[in-house]
Amino acid sequence: MKKTLLYDIHLKGNAKMVSFHDYVMPLYYDTIINEHHCVRKNAGLFDISHMGRFEIAGENALRFIQHIITNDAGKLKDMQVQYSPACNEQGGILDDILIYKWQPDHFMMVVNCANKEKDFAWFQRQAAIYPRVELMDVTDALSLIALQGPLSSHMLENTLGRKLDCLKRFHFGNFVWDDIRMIISRTGYTGEDGFEIFVNAQHLVKLWNLLMDKNCRSGLKPAGLGARDTLRLEAGLLLYGNDMDETVTPLETTIDWTVKFGKDNFLGKDALLRQKQRGVDRKLAGFEMLDRGIPRHGYPVFKGNEIIGKVTSGSFSPSTNKNVGLCLIKSSYAKVGEELQIQIRDAHYLARVVKTPFYKSKI
Amino acid sequence: MTNIPNELLYTKTHEWAKKINQTTVIMGITAHAQEQLRDIVFVELPSVGKELKAGAACAVVESVKAAYDIFAPLSGKVVKINQKIQEKPQLVNEDPYGEGWFLHIEMSNPNEFDSLLNPAQYQAISESAHQ
Repeated sequence: MKKTLLYDIHLKGNAKMVSFHDYVMPLYYDTIINEHHCVRKNAGLFDISHMGRFEIAGENALRFIQHIITNDAGKLKDMQVQYSPACNEQGGILDDILIYKWQPDHFMMVVNCANKEKDFAWFQRQAAIYPRVELMDVTDALSLIALQGPLSSHMLENTLGRKLDCLKRFHFGNFVWDDIRMIISRTGYTGEDGFEIFVNAQHLVKLWNLLMDKNCRSGLKPAGLGARDTLRLEAGLLLYGNDMDETVTPLETTIDWTVKFGKDNFLGKDALLRQKQRGVDRKLAGFEMLDRGIPRHGYPVFKGNEIIGKVTSGSFSPSTNKNVGLCLIKSSYAKVGEELQIQIRDAHYLARVVKTPFYKSKI
Repeated sequence: MTNIPNELLYTKTHEWAKKINQTTVIMGITAHAQEQLRDIVFVELPSVGKELKAGAACAVVESVKAAYDIFAPLSGKVVKINQKIQEKPQLVNEDPYGEGWFLHIEMSNPNEFDSLLNPAQYQAISESAHQ
């Protein structure tokens, strides 16, 4: 099991630690619900150093990235961030990633923890056809934390002693405080305003403590993976391994908008184009429970006696006080208002398809 | 140190039980169990009249993260359920030995009561589970 450099700090904060893929990570420090509300109301600080970080450099960097992702990185300005799936030839989702453009020949990527090794091997194989593309795994050298919540910009400005108005959503920049150099990106996985902060590994503990010390009086608290999951689900954001995997294409999910058929060839384009022309047989949809009961990943979804799909994510939603989930079901039933039954243990409970996000903050 | 009242008996699976008369016990989950589960957001109880077998799943509690089975400490018939914890599951967190009780069970085999764990035995188990 790998530990992040914040492991001792998590233990000191009384975190309940759990294994998450290769890593031991905090599930919660206090309770998931308290941390969830803290992020919605004030802000929370997350250790997300388990996520993979790659750098891509060289004169063919953009062409290589365009080849491996479905979204159009050609539209990115310097210092801008884009979300995209990377697909296999069949259009199945290998991973969903964030792409950071420094300049036309220099990019960075953040990938899912569970997929890091798979992605790196896959990208290296794809990079072989592009001369002068250099791919580097910088996960261990560059740590990553997330400050998320409506007060996060105020807190970060207070900590760094400078304004951050210049940093718009899905943009990033270089910042320095004292001797700590960091890359700050206005992105996140909670549906709130917030920042993801990359910092050299040797400065991580100092930065974490600095943020906590300067902002605990304004309500900043550490938050664990438990709240990260309920926050992202309420915001309608997908979780790799639950809501999508290599057997699911982006067109079958709610991130169909990330497939840009107008750009040149990319991996999975032919398969996805065929699927688009044919229409998808199944589709990811949000639902809320009408009966009592909490939906969970893997529970069967029924329409009458017919099994029409499965729950991919489900939870009690603290901000709406409802039980909600995502399900991958026959596309003809994936319509807002449609009533479905979720099988929980050995009984069927009524649910209704609703629009996502389940919760929308005012950002 | 979690709260393990002296007047109760316990199971290895973190339930408590107490006789309320010669034939009937009241049961719930221990303070240790609710602390481990944290935010309890859902409780599913059996219906009154259901026959339970000692050690078999008899109820479900769900935290934000996952669902967990609760096991019958004794065999017998459910004669009363605590509807309040279905409406307000956090009562199980707040008062596991009081308002957060689960069931009244009419024992079919009163001898089973004597094989439950005493507080000292249960304390040893819950402490080793902490490691």
